[in-house]
Amino acid sequence: MPLLEVDNLTQLFSGLCAVSELKLSLEERELVGLIGPNGAGKTTVFNIVSGFYQPTHGEIRFQGRKLTGLKPHQVSALGIARTFQNIRLWKEMSVLDNILVAQHYHLGYGLGGLFLRTPRYLKREKDIRNRAFELLEIFKIDQFAEEKPTNLPYGMQRKVEIVRALSSGPKLLLLDEPAAGLQATDVSELITLIQWVFDQFDLSIWMIEHQMKVVMSLCSQISVIDFGKLIASGTPEEIQRNPEVIKAYLGDDQL
Amino acid sequence: MKRLSVPILLVILFSILMGLSYFEVIDLYVQTVILFMGINIITSTSLNLVNGNMGEFSCGHAGFIAVGAYVSSILSVALFTKSRAFGPPILPPELAAYGFPFVLICGGIASALTGLLIAIPSFRTRDDYLAIITIAANYIIITAIINIDKIGGARGFMGMKRVIFAMEECAEIPWMVLWVFLFTVLTVIIIRRYMSSTYGKGVEAIRQDEIAAEIMGVNTNRIKLVTFMISSGLAGIAGGLYAHTVGYVNPKSFDLLKSTEALVMVYLGGMGSITGSVLSAVIFTLMLELLRPLQIIKWVAIPLLLIIIMQFRPEGIMGHRELGDIFPKLKKFYKFK
Repeated sequence: MPLLEVDNLTQLFSGLCAVSELKLSLEERELVGLIGPNGAGKTTVFNIVSGFYQPTHGEIRFQGRKLTGLKPHQVSALGIARTFQNIRLWKEMSVLDNILVAQHYHLGYGLGGLFLRTPRYLKREKDIRNRAFELLEIFKIDQFAEEKPTNLPYGMQRKVEIVRALSSGPKLLLLDEPAAGLQATDVSELITLIQWVFDQFDLSIWMIEHQMKVVMSLCSQISVIDFGKLIASGTPEEIQRNPEVIKAYLGDDQL
Repeated sequence: MKRLSVPILLVILFSILMGLSYFEVIDLYVQTVILFMGINIITSTSLNLVNGNMGEFSCGHAGFIAVGAYVSSILSVALFTKSRAFGPPILPPELAAYGFPFVLICGGIASALTGLLIAIPSFRTRDDYLAIITIAANYIIITAIINIDKIGGARGFMGMKRVIFAMEECAEIPWMVLWVFLFTVLTVIIIRRYMSSTYGKGVEAIRQDEIAAEIMGVNTNRIKLVTFMISSGLAGIAGGLYAHTVGYVNPKSFDLLKSTEALVMVYLGGMGSITGSVLSAVIFTLMLELLRPLQIIKWVAIPLLLIIIMQFRPEGIMGHRELGDIFPKLKKFYKFK
């Protein structure tokens, strides 16, 4: 059974067809890419998978469970986490708090326990905090735990956002253009980081990326969409040679 | 020592207040001003939870205060005193002192439920719309009270002083000082515990980026309802204390002007800062008393002050920081989370 199945997905925005009859599937322990020209509907696909949009038609199944109709926080609880194209960390909270809040769905205590400070509450809060620190240490950013994200360099903010997504313990990590806005040196660092995350954590990664260097060096499988339609899928080498893809990116010269 | 310093300070403050009131070193007027400070602290800290921490704009806080005031007044009058509206006391009046906190909490619960009733339809909207809905709710509550003749309608409802007398039968101590102090401290503890938990940090996440919060696994709808209910419930307790301090409630005293007072306190103290809300409640209460000779002109002076604050220090006195953030060295001496 595939980890994620996207079946005949169609998304209409008052007449505009953003995604059209998209069919895709993702296996466990896979690092795959989704590419396409600007406005092709890549982020829309991610927004549907994470429950932010309800698709017009079609279905998404995660580990055999239907995702359509679920709220974003319920999707997140099932084990899908994501990052955003334009970093969306909570800017006025410390890095540590950002990572704590992302564990919100499995707090394991009620309001009664919270106000009375029951032993269970204290233990759970401690566990959550330890887990956050553990992650910060693994990624060597524990020295920034009390810092506000806006005080960190852009590349570091990306890293924090990835750590935040990982803190909920996802089985599928969606990365929406992780290299956007990064400098060339930071990009190679990011490639190493993503590969490392994939090796260290038991999860699948699905990423949208514009920079070919990133996609080509990381992904085992790539899907290409244009105007919301799947136009090609295959290994990086196949994609690079595919005439449809070249046409979508470079334009049709046989006009 | 670090753990005990806050409780010790509170016990000292409590003993001083009780002592001064008991031996009548401070007269009833000063006592009432101090009581109002406590009540205003509850009002501003509870509104701050929604407006400051959650970033919603609730303008009808006085509506919840009214519900709490009326429910707890009616209950305490009906239970512990002989009244024209409700006949002989249902319970022996000697129980008044023990029953009072339960009556107050019932008022709080009634307010929280009213809050839930208003929150469910209004959280589909945001920003300005929520402000309008809460103003409307404020008016609906007042109009409803005016139209119930059994509880005095527009004339107001009284008899709470007799409840206090019933308590004094039990022991001759300044009961209201005790209750106001107790519930003020309780309110601040409740809010502090809520906001320092990971659950409560979800509230901050909603203010800073609601979509990111929802996608990262925060059940935003539920947490908004819970926060709104806590806020309105505490406002109800403030209402109950107010009603029993004054001994008389009138629907007009819970109109938009009262809601505005609450807003002024939150913005004066600084959005999202508990310390700020406590501080501004104390300052604001004092200011209202000092400006009392100006009578109606007072309501020119106070908004003017608000304008000045917004011009020169828009973030308020504390501006989203707590005591420990401003004086980090103080953190060595106390722990309050």
